[in-house]
Amino acid sequence: MADTPNPAKAPVIVTKLAAGTKGAAARQKILAFSSLVLLIIVFSLMSPNFFQPYNLIAIMLATAVNGVLAIGVTFVIITGGIDLSVGTMMTFTAVMAAQTVAVWNLPVPVGILVALVTGVICGGASGIMIAKFKLPPFIATLGMNMLTKGLSLIIARSKPIYFTNAPSFSKISMGTIFPFLNDFQIPNAVIILFVLAVLASFVLNRTIFGRYTFAIGSNEEAVRLSGINTDRWKIAVYAVNGLIAGIAGILIASRLNSAQPALGQGYELDAIAAAVIGGTSLSGGEGTILGTIIGAFIMSVLTNGLRILSVPQEWQIVTTGIIIIFAVYVDMLRRRR
Amino acid sequence: MKKRMVVLALALMLVAVGSLAAQTYYIPLISKGFQHQFWQAVKEGALQAAKDFKVNITFEGPESEAMVDKQIDMLAAALAKKPSALGFAALDSKAAIPYLQQAQKAGIPVIAFDSGVDSDIPLTTCATDNVAAAAYAADKMAELIGGAGEVAVIVHDQTSRTGIDRRDGFVNRIKSKYPNIKIVSVQYGGGDHLKSTDLAKAIIQAYPNLKGFFGANEGSAIGVLNGVKEMGKVGKIVVIGYDSGAQQIAAIRSGEMAGAITQNPVGIGYKTVEYAVKALKGEKFPKFIDTGFYWYDKKNIDDPKIKAVLYQ
Repeated sequence: MADTPNPAKAPVIVTKLAAGTKGAAARQKILAFSSLVLLIIVFSLMSPNFFQPYNLIAIMLATAVNGVLAIGVTFVIITGGIDLSVGTMMTFTAVMAAQTVAVWNLPVPVGILVALVTGVICGGASGIMIAKFKLPPFIATLGMNMLTKGLSLIIARSKPIYFTNAPSFSKISMGTIFPFLNDFQIPNAVIILFVLAVLASFVLNRTIFGRYTFAIGSNEEAVRLSGINTDRWKIAVYAVNGLIAGIAGILIASRLNSAQPALGQGYELDAIAAAVIGGTSLSGGEGTILGTIIGAFIMSVLTNGLRILSVPQEWQIVTTGIIIIFAVYVDMLRRRR
Repeated sequence: MKKRMVVLALALMLVAVGSLAAQTYYIPLISKGFQHQFWQAVKEGALQAAKDFKVNITFEGPESEAMVDKQIDMLAAALAKKPSALGFAALDSKAAIPYLQQAQKAGIPVIAFDSGVDSDIPLTTCATDNVAAAAYAADKMAELIGGAGEVAVIVHDQTSRTGIDRRDGFVNRIKSKYPNIKIVSVQYGGGDHLKSTDLAKAIIQAYPNLKGFFGANEGSAIGVLNGVKEMGKVGKIVVIGYDSGAQQIAAIRSGEMAGAITQNPVGIGYKTVEYAVKALKGEKFPKFIDTGFYWYDKKNIDDPKIKAVLYQ
């Protein structure tokens, strides 16, 4: 940042870096979408219980938390980074919300705010470690994973905290703003997922924040040399990811009507897998929110469908593994062209 | 072209592994885990019962006991299959209540197993009768120390159901049946190996004539064992444990521990399916079904029946 030669020129470079990748991502998106449709058709043909309103809602509800986490991690992966702390960070924000509402007896909105702020602080801290202290994202966020996991257990005293004094809290996820759709009452958690996806997609494609996210992932050095403070934008990206983990924290706490401090480990890998299946490149510079949502749905449709077909649990795991490998392999084929 | 082939192969694989819906009763069991030996043994029992009563079952549980939301998703998927009945061991009863109410509304009988469900929706709970099992441990203790002398107990805690039941089962049996045996101390070690070891040593120090020591769960039993070893009292104090685990099994083989009570996870799985079938036939039964337990020691530890219920 010593010499900022020509800041006016920067947007041009950034635009160039951000473009050129869209077509490829779109192809992957179509591919991912066809896989999702195919899965749904196959499962529907194989079991009459699959394509039922009740089960479709169960699938959407099962996608909500992972989908939200995956949206946040998509931003990080597009910058060429990774975040291994989203699952436990989510739990930590949930525990903080529960502490605020159930232990300190403060109103629900305060609890929500505390969860979001906690997310921003944790995510931002990871960003600072990565951008300023130059720690590899893998290590910085692995550290954050353990840190938030430990803090959750300490604050909650290793026991779930129940929202017994705030019955309205569970409405955040489990209530519905469409009560008139009798058999097809979409829970709020699902609505929140879709609204967040639209917002995130707008931010990623239509704002300077999104533009820099792509540009940093394509060629961080070029962006930096064109006079942009990449450190600041990277910290912002990790902080936004933390904010989104906070939203996931509220959703899961509301769904379970409690904060479960031991939960969260392993959820980061599901979120990363959803993003990658949806066409986000682990080497950065490529990805879409729609793709990520499709990726998250592929995973939950697969899990649910295999359960509906009564496939033994061991084979469910094997099958899911094969599908993930297959999805990423197709992505590699496309890239080589 | 290639892609289509892969997709086709995948679809075929799904057909191959997916069992087709039959006309018989379908009873999914949602457990607290599936990888642990204990749960594998529960599953084995359930499969045996499925064969005996000619019903279809599935057995699922989350990868860790922390994954409350994954268990709820499993429960939701199980209900989507319109099961005849449901077996359930809740990780968190409160989180599961809406789904259990749904099952109740749909007329699906729910049978709780192992630690059960904190609700009155389940028709019964198939679990170990810890009071009876601990009382049996007391009988064994009396037999091994010759019906007289001082005995101490270390329990994991005084709040959990298993802690209370095992303590009372042991203590009450000694008091009512063996007047010459005196329980000199009952302490709580949180199931922690180290804490229980320190407790055991302090008790042995305080009661040099101690003849018997009962540890009411795996951690307590290992603590007692360590305490006895560190105080140089092996062979002088009769140690009786509970549950299994590699250390306890090794100590029983070597004779450092006289024996232990093990729960019967195979029986838990079997009874859960059996009572689900009974519920479907409209039979009446009590709110609690004892799934039994075994006493194991050096002599019968390699018995296939015992081996099946022990885990490392």
